[in-house]
Amino acid sequence: MNNNRPSHYISPSKKNKKIAVLLVLSVIISVTAFGINSRYNAQNTYTAIPKSTVKKDSIASVKAFEKVYAVLMSPRCVNCHPIGDIPLQGDDSHVHKMFPKRGEDGKGLYAMKCANCHQSENTKGEHAPPGAENWHLPPANMKMVFEGRSAHDLAKQLIDTKQNGNKDMKKLLEHADDGLVLSGWKPAQGNSLPPMSHSEFKKAWTTWLENGAYAPAKK
Amino acid sequence: MVKLNVNSKSHDCDISNDMPLLWALRDILNLTGTKYGCGVAQCGACVVHLDGEAVRSCVTKVSRAEGKKITTIEGLSLNNDHPLQKAWQEIDVPQCGYCHSGQIMSAAVLLRENKNPTDEDIDNAMAGNICRCGTYPRVRKAIHIAADMQRKAENKS
Repeated sequence: MNNNRPSHYISPSKKNKKIAVLLVLSVIISVTAFGINSRYNAQNTYTAIPKSTVKKDSIASVKAFEKVYAVLMSPRCVNCHPIGDIPLQGDDSHVHKMFPKRGEDGKGLYAMKCANCHQSENTKGEHAPPGAENWHLPPANMKMVFEGRSAHDLAKQLIDTKQNGNKDMKKLLEHADDGLVLSGWKPAQGNSLPPMSHSEFKKAWTTWLENGAYAPAKK
Repeated sequence: MVKLNVNSKSHDCDISNDMPLLWALRDILNLTGTKYGCGVAQCGACVVHLDGEAVRSCVTKVSRAEGKKITTIEGLSLNNDHPLQKAWQEIDVPQCGYCHSGQIMSAAVLLRENKNPTDEDIDNAMAGNICRCGTYPRVRKAIHIAADMQRKAENKS
């Protein structure tokens, strides 16, 4: 044994032990971190966007969402996505007269069900009810609120399957041609159109989703 | 030709498909208990039941009503003895009376779906039925009385 070794000298066997301990520690840390991350994902992220298969272009995506947001916040869309349980009306998005309530299924309550007044098409005449098949609000257990949402929050909400009616990417893309969505471009007399054509909206919607559905930055 | 089933009777009506149901009921079938108020679904005077739902007949085209069961105030009960009709008479709800067939038809849907409505339930159900005379407190009271009658009748049977 050499007793003249410097004080910081570590024997080869001790060195191997230290490396082994470090390796074990790093494995533990990695597994723990992965577990936390998985748990975080499971609890907080229910994204409809399959990240591996979508081409990502955050600039194109966010730019397209500007147009999407302008349409979704127009009275034709936001009026039936209110923050409360009463729909909104008109171009000034005032609270619906007669205060019809959402109900569990979004189709109203008792004698105040949406389809009691709203027909499958617009009723002619000023102040007459607009109409389309299956006129309703989102249901009580998933209100899909647009009113008051920032662009950032709405973008996040739209791709969260726990907040978007459980729509995956395919269903989200198809939703641009949903009957009630299309009815926004057939406003009743006295109501304005959304700020762009449906085809322009659909193109922006598709571009936003297919480029990764990025949310604009928080403001 | 439009075939309408009103109060369990079938009628062949030589009318246009887009005629409002209210017109067909009042002017073709002479069932004048249902009233015309605003013509744009904002007052509730014209409420009838279409397969049990309280639709506003002034904006409902007869084409929507074809093949469905239409019930007007005349057909709500056999002898004007629906609990709501009895309660309405018991406390003399109407003043001018014009809106009350609509009020009763709306209330009938409420009582079918909710046997023991609270004041809030009543407000939620009846907010679309406007009464120019302001009989709202008596409407609410009569609905509670009718609900009580209905519950007692059901407990007996």
